Amino acid sequence: MIYRENGQFKTSYAADQQIFPILQDRWAILGILVFAFVAVPLLADEYLFRAILIPFLILSLAALGVNLLVGYCGQITLGAGAFMAVGAYAAYNFFVRVDDMPLLAALLLGGATSAAVGVVFGVPSLRVRGLYLAVATLAAQFFWDWAFLRIKWFTNDSSSGSVSVSNLSAFGWDLESPTDVYLFCLLILVVFALLAKNMTRGAIGRQWMAIRDMDVAAEVIGIRPMYAKLSAFAVSSFFLGVAGGLWGFVHLGAWEPAAFSLDRSFQLLFMVIIGGLGSIMGSFFGAAFIVILPIFLNQMLPWLGDLVGVSISTAGVSHAEIMIFGALIVFFLIVEPHGIARLWSTAKEKLRLWPFPH
Amino acid sequence: MKLRKYALAVSLAAMGLSFTLTAPVHAQAKGKQAQEQFFPVLVYRTGAYAPNGTPWANGFVDYIKLVNAKGGINGVTATFEECETGYATDRSVECYERLKNKGGGATAFQSLSTGATFALTEKAPVDKIPLITAGYGRSESANGAVFTWNFPLLGTYWVGADVLIQHLAKKEGGFDKLKGKKIALVYHDSPYGKEPIALLQERAKMHGFDLSLLPVAHPGVEQKATWLQVRQNRPDYVLLWGWGVMNSTALREAQATGYPREKMYGIWWAGAEPDVKDVGEAAKGYNALTLQHGVELNAKVTKDVLALVHGKGQGTGPKDEVGSVLYMRGLISAMLGIEGVKQAQERYGKGKTMTGEQVRWGLENLDLTQQKLDGLGFAGVMRPVSTSCLDHMGSSWVRVHTWNGSKWEFSSDWYQADEKIIRPMVMHASLKYAEEKKITPRTPEQCKQ
Repeated sequence: MIYRENGQFKTSYAADQQIFPILQDRWAILGILVFAFVAVPLLADEYLFRAILIPFLILSLAALGVNLLVGYCGQITLGAGAFMAVGAYAAYNFFVRVDDMPLLAALLLGGATSAAVGVVFGVPSLRVRGLYLAVATLAAQFFWDWAFLRIKWFTNDSSSGSVSVSNLSAFGWDLESPTDVYLFCLLILVVFALLAKNMTRGAIGRQWMAIRDMDVAAEVIGIRPMYAKLSAFAVSSFFLGVAGGLWGFVHLGAWEPAAFSLDRSFQLLFMVIIGGLGSIMGSFFGAAFIVILPIFLNQMLPWLGDLVGVSISTAGVSHAEIMIFGALIVFFLIVEPHGIARLWSTAKEKLRLWPFPH
Repeated sequence: MKLRKYALAVSLAAMGLSFTLTAPVHAQAKGKQAQEQFFPVLVYRTGAYAPNGTPWANGFVDYIKLVNAKGGINGVTATFEECETGYATDRSVECYERLKNKGGGATAFQSLSTGATFALTEKAPVDKIPLITAGYGRSESANGAVFTWNFPLLGTYWVGADVLIQHLAKKEGGFDKLKGKKIALVYHDSPYGKEPIALLQERAKMHGFDLSLLPVAHPGVEQKATWLQVRQNRPDYVLLWGWGVMNSTALREAQATGYPREKMYGIWWAGAEPDVKDVGEAAKGYNALTLQHGVELNAKVTKDVLALVHGKGQGTGPKDEVGSVLYMRGLISAMLGIEGVKQAQERYGKGKTMTGEQVRWGLENLDLTQQKLDGLGFAGVMRPVSTSCLDHMGSSWVRVHTWNGSKWEFSSDWYQADEKIIRPMVMHASLKYAEEKKITPRTPEQCKQ
């Protein structure tokens, strides 16, 4: 009843091609943006910003990057963490080695470096597919883990291999308070999400999807697999690189290669699988699921225990958290193998017919 | 998505609210005292390093309970909350954010992992909460003029490495005998494992021994290649900078390689019961450092814990764990935090809750004389600790203990790290950090404030 597009006529090509063709969607998105930019800074406290929202935004960006590669182009990668690391360490090197390097430029250059590295490590995708490719991208993970631990130049000769940054500012905007950091991350995320959405709607995205669905057929109709695959690697790594830079610079402040370990790669892959492969929205759902749920469980369980008068030990809570989290992953994968994003679109379909389903 | 976010925000807000509402109620019910001092406890009771993390956490929490059983910190009740980090840096940051404003503000954080220490070092000055890294963390943070909020009390990895070399020299009969000797460092390939390298290289240059570096990838169960190198090179000594499962694996590999355990020396993270218990007899003769902690079954404080905490059914862990190596480590760590508060109360008012800033002053002016330590029940366990603006470490007393197949026994006298070597390195590294961060080191006048 509320969610119907009847009577919304498209009278121009521009209207037909817009990102959200349905009026209600446009309002909803606008509402979310207003909420995120205006209401959240007013409502949230420091803990919510620093421990939940900022990691959520940054990992959403990373999940977007992985989704472009895995979900849209069909190239499974286990090297996502490595590309984040490359982005973070490259941004760090630009930031400390070049005088007066602006933060945003450093982050973007970090992303660009990561993109270049991504192309190099994407080369095996021209020959190997599927699981074999996943194993090949593992090489990226191990190589960069090794490089950042061993090659002292990357860490500016720090004795222990850990690096740190501080006094961040962009365009005279001091990134000190959690609200500022949050808005900065949000701004970057919005721009990148828009980019991603448009890329997937454009020629390049269609090439990726064609390659994903059947690469031989795509080649026959004139899509160059090399160009399509490597561009997917480049764009994905760029997103990951910027996300890695943000993770190191604004979230952790100081980091070591372990911050971008293989666990991170798995985490990102799970995000897009649970959120929904080939869906921009799914990246956000996945990130929310993986970042927020464990913390939520971790805090809710002792509270629930208190309610019924049982005190649960710290270890017990932690074990329960892992078990419930794992069970939920299995549950979601069984109920909806196409991810939470598909549940969302099913809900939209239902809403369209509501309250008179035929 | 909007709805979801709302629901999430609302539920999280509700949760936060309920926490803030319930916490004071609890405290009142328990303590009936107006004054409270909140101690956040970052622990890892799960994950790969849980066997080592659990006794530490139990010791830490038991000591807080002991203090309360004895009447609190000059009447102020010590409260605490644990937060599980699983040794992950991002979870540690989350825990830090969760606990830093609880219970009227966190007293001091003990980060308990080198990765978390690095991340929190950047955050602590902003929030004005001291960061105690007793025996771990960044070695250069001993310079309090630059690292105002860091307290690597009781020594750092550089102290550990330095003492190890002194001990080896003593065994050989003098530093000049070290010339031409081969010493291998088998280390956990992380900032933690790499901390001692700088100092060992310095010492290698001084004494002319040959240092070989053998990294082991996290978590350290795969060491075949490393020990093959040991077999080929036959180093005179192996220093083990391991952690968790890596230690027992190293000992088993040493046994398989036929490398004498008597010639292996571990840092204090590599020298507790969980590291050697499973290896048992095969680990006999293996040595490790203790930075003022160790098996202390007969110390007064151990007996106090057994009587006043475990005796009343308040004990955190199993009873037979009390007095074990890492348990004592946690206990001493908690004691340092509590004593920092006590010292702060001397200046800012006894029987009052101290803020992070005041506790920082307390930790910087810590003066634990032998008499005070004896009074606390640490007679025979610890040696005096006294900090200052330039020295946030306080002491560098170290002993070596040896595994006799069933328990740890002290096998050396007390050593102290050589200030002549460590001090210039600390100054050099900390000033480099200050330069990078554009921090102006505090002057002696500023220190007095």
